[in-house]
Amino acid sequence: MDIRDLVPAVEAVVFAAARPLDANQIAEILETESAAVQEALATLQFSCDEQNRGVFLEHVAGGYQLRTRPQFAEYLRRLGRRRPFRFSRAALETLAIIAYRQPVTRPDIEYLRGVDSGSVLKTLIEKHLVRILGKKDVPGKPMIYGTTPAFLELFGLPDLASLPTLQEFSELMDEGFAAETDDSLRDETEEQTPMPANGS
Amino acid sequence: MEPYQIHLENFTGPLDLLLHLIRKHEMDIYDIPIADVTSQYLAILDAMQTLNLDIAGEFLLMAATLVHIKSKMLLPKIAEEDTAEEEEDPRAELVRRLLEYQKYKEAAATLDERPKLNLDVFDRYAPEPEAQEKSDGGFAEVSLFDLLAALREVLSQNPEPSFHTVDMDRLSVADRINLILERLQGEQSIAFNDLFSGTIERGDIIVTFLATLELVRMRLIRLMQNARFGTIWLMAAVEVGAGELKIGEEHFGYS
Repeated sequence: MDIRDLVPAVEAVVFAAARPLDANQIAEILETESAAVQEALATLQFSCDEQNRGVFLEHVAGGYQLRTRPQFAEYLRRLGRRRPFRFSRAALETLAIIAYRQPVTRPDIEYLRGVDSGSVLKTLIEKHLVRILGKKDVPGKPMIYGTTPAFLELFGLPDLASLPTLQEFSELMDEGFAAETDDSLRDETEEQTPMPANGS
Repeated sequence: MEPYQIHLENFTGPLDLLLHLIRKHEMDIYDIPIADVTSQYLAILDAMQTLNLDIAGEFLLMAATLVHIKSKMLLPKIAEEDTAEEEEDPRAELVRRLLEYQKYKEAAATLDERPKLNLDVFDRYAPEPEAQEKSDGGFAEVSLFDLLAALREVLSQNPEPSFHTVDMDRLSVADRINLILERLQGEQSIAFNDLFSGTIERGDIIVTFLATLELVRMRLIRLMQNARFGTIWLMAAVEVGAGELKIGEEHFGYS
């Protein structure tokens, strides 16, 4: 397929897919080479940005998905789609620990947080953001936990390696650096994840 | 330093509260004035108790830890210069935990700043279509518990009426079995919930459910699902020609 035909074809497939698709899956559907699809994806992403379209191509959970631009969030919320799980600070802390430390046991999480995390953990599992990966081969065989693809989709992350680098502290941060986390997310929606050259 | 108004529920745990106190009073993390911090911390817990609020055990554990560290620091240093091992500062572990905790607290805040799906960015609204669920294969056998959960759901949609009805003109299990087999000749599979569509009476639901169980027992149908908590599908286990198999009333103990 010619690249000029391939780009709209890729766009059509990505648009219609229910889940993020990776270049190989798209190539299989279009009966073409994965490398060509990769190129088409890059072109598509570029043109979405260039033409100031309402959607952009996001590299998420190992695949690609068309998503609306954050600046229209206010309007799109009026569509009445189911809202994502509203995070308490405890849930976010727990999720961050699991995301960065996985595979991790519940005692590990509780030592780091200094507080019982059983109910928060249960909620995160119910929301399909965290899953049980197995049992640790130590006395007591504690469950080990990790994040799910739904976690990557929720936060728009291509993979776990793309998590923001964990900052090491040797000093305390200024008071209140995370005090307004609930409101800050609304102001910081301009930020977007750039698409790496090689996504699959 | 005077105690100030503080709301314990704003803190995710004792480490969070301690971190706040140390920052608030601009204390040196590597040289925490443990007596000050301890009295501040205890004053907050006291205030909470006065208000009759439940204090989570973890907050009390931290109070005990602080008092323990404080008492250790009050002990005179025993002149043990001969021993090569230098005793660690009693505060060291607490400092390590506070810094480690701060790391994840910060990571959580960073994560929270990202645009979130269905809040800041939206994908095309695509609920898993049932038809797709049906065709993508990968079926697994349904367990008894899945089946009972499905029954409970159907029953919950048809609550028991509060009045008594004497009308007993209902289908028998045998009739219902034949009905299901007939339907299965036309279709490759039937969704479990579709068996009950249009059913208003709980009695009918029970009869249909018993018929389903009998069909499975007789190995005439198989119950499959392709996702945990997914739709349960009835599939014909053997090819039965029209009219070839008629189930009579005498097969069962119930009528």
